[in-house]
Amino acid sequence: MKLTGDKIFKILAAIIAASALTILLITGYTLTAGSAPVLQKFGLNFFFGQQWNPVEGREVFGILPYVLGTLATSGIALLIGVPLSLGIAIFLVEMSPRSLSVPISYLVELLAAVPSVIYGLWGLFVFRFWMLNYIEIPISKYLGWIPLFNSSHIGLNIFTAGAILAIMIIPTVASISKEVLSAVPNSIREGAYSIGATKWEVIHRWVLSYGRSGIFGAIILGLGRAVGETMAVTMLIGNATGSAAMPTSLFQPGQTMASLIANGFLDTTRGSLASSAYIGVGLTLLFISLLINVGAHVVMTRVFKVKGGAVE
Amino acid sequence: MNTKYTIVIAIVAIAILIGAIAAYTYSNSEPVILNGAGASFPFPLLEEMMKDYENIKSNVQINYSPSGSGAGISALTDKLVDFAGSDAPLSASEAEKAPNTLHIPETIGSIAVTYNINGVSSGLKLTGQVVADIFQGKITKWNDPAITKLNPDVTLPAETINVVRRSDSSGTTFIFTGYLSASSTSWKNDIGQAKSVEWPTGTGSQGNTGVAQTVSTTTNSIGYVELAYALRTRMTYAAIQNPSGNYVLPTLASTTAAAQAKASTGLPAGNENWSNVNLLNANESNAYPIVGFSYLLVYKELNTIPDMTQERATALVEFLWYIIHDGQNLASQVDYAPLPPNVVTINSATIQSITFDGKPVL
Repeated sequence: MKLTGDKIFKILAAIIAASALTILLITGYTLTAGSAPVLQKFGLNFFFGQQWNPVEGREVFGILPYVLGTLATSGIALLIGVPLSLGIAIFLVEMSPRSLSVPISYLVELLAAVPSVIYGLWGLFVFRFWMLNYIEIPISKYLGWIPLFNSSHIGLNIFTAGAILAIMIIPTVASISKEVLSAVPNSIREGAYSIGATKWEVIHRWVLSYGRSGIFGAIILGLGRAVGETMAVTMLIGNATGSAAMPTSLFQPGQTMASLIANGFLDTTRGSLASSAYIGVGLTLLFISLLINVGAHVVMTRVFKVKGGAVE
Repeated sequence: MNTKYTIVIAIVAIAILIGAIAAYTYSNSEPVILNGAGASFPFPLLEEMMKDYENIKSNVQINYSPSGSGAGISALTDKLVDFAGSDAPLSASEAEKAPNTLHIPETIGSIAVTYNINGVSSGLKLTGQVVADIFQGKITKWNDPAITKLNPDVTLPAETINVVRRSDSSGTTFIFTGYLSASSTSWKNDIGQAKSVEWPTGTGSQGNTGVAQTVSTTTNSIGYVELAYALRTRMTYAAIQNPSGNYVLPTLASTTAAAQAKASTGLPAGNENWSNVNLLNANESNAYPIVGFSYLLVYKELNTIPDMTQERATALVEFLWYIIHDGQNLASQVDYAPLPPNVVTINSATIQSITFDGKPVL
């Protein structure tokens, strides 16, 4: 067989593509092997238990509060971040003059380049007090009797962490949505205007609907970042442990899987049950991330009936 | 000027620079490098000592990575470092994995219980039982009778106590939870002593700096930090009742007094089991009760470490000797308590027992 340039390129590309899968498999295997001791000892209680006690001799590990904490902070991030991101994208594509849209989209993309520890520090020294004085204290004053708004008046809690995550996912969601919306053919807009639609109707009936699969993809990428974000969350979430970490109130300290690992894993002795438990948290985090991506794919193909990138 | 000339000049300049660096490195004989890792608490002190020691022995270069006590012990167990730092002595299971490890207490930590209450200055009186009840969520208001009874002259607010504690695993927490376990049976039975525990209440912040920052920005809060951090950030902190019944503020003097008193009642030799050693509740009228050693851990037989040579072994042992003798003079400058003489004596014997290939190094 003669190796032409084309063939060599094909083989190289295949190897590179395979390496991505291999890395995922190796990671999965390492995490599974590392967490085997804790899974054998606690079984399903590892996933549904609420206690987390690394003290030697009384070890109990249950990760339910941290799984829920991850979902709660990511959910808050999406609730706040997605409408803002879509607003930015719509403004940039449909409304703003070019002289304004170029610098604004450049600035939005620049937000993505800010390291997460900077968001964390800014959150800790500045943003936290805005949240505390203008949102947490007023709401808990009047609605504090509802468990959801029960407040510890420190400002380090699930809501602050979720809000900083919202800011962090805006650049991702906004810039991809912007690209998606600019790819909507102008003929769609022209057609809509010609049958007498207002600007609002054109945007929400036709443009958003045409670009929904792309926007959905952008949201999933943002969710991926929110689920795995560690540094900024650790600095702002209050790091509760055990059943105190169950996310029952927006304004009480919580904990996510990523922040739990960041707080405790480094200092465990390798081979101990505690270190195995932290690896188990890592495995769960990987699994949930995969689940989100696969789930998103299913939603896209089934609900939106996307094939080959186009909406039917 | 012509671009070609600029490029030529640039190349010549770079070549000269590289040559100069090479000549400089060659003229200095290759340094002896020692590597350590572990506890972050003694790091500011060790850093001062390392800087000072490099002036004394210019051919020795020491690296210490403050990655945490547990990480340091793992690295020593895997023989990746020449020495480790730990704020807790080796537990029985850890000692089994790293046999023949020596404990060398190199400095003393004391934990200040800091608070932030409007109008209340340093010196609020607290007992171990009350501190334990606050951190366990049993006492939730500042004007709880248990606190006001100890402080009849202080006006305390009828506000909720905001508990702040460490979120990361730390030697500070190990000493503090050890004290709470010694003070309260309910703490001992439900939570216990460890570098990180299952906290029933409160907000977790990272590191001594994180706790200090959260306490100083949150009114009606209480937390615990290493004394050096409390002194440097001018926080207000409590006077804690010691076994003699006195309320003692944490100071370098009351910290050293605790170590002195405990050491005079006997410490194990460097090669013995240290897992039960603590400096809590020393029986001495002016000793602060929440105190603990920070240790350096080394193998008794240095050829246990694969790339150890006679030269490196000598450098390591000489550096350890410096740390517990001349190095202690630097301690008070950086707000660390110096070792009392009776601990230095025990350490000297420990360091003299270190061997390389069966022969004593010193």
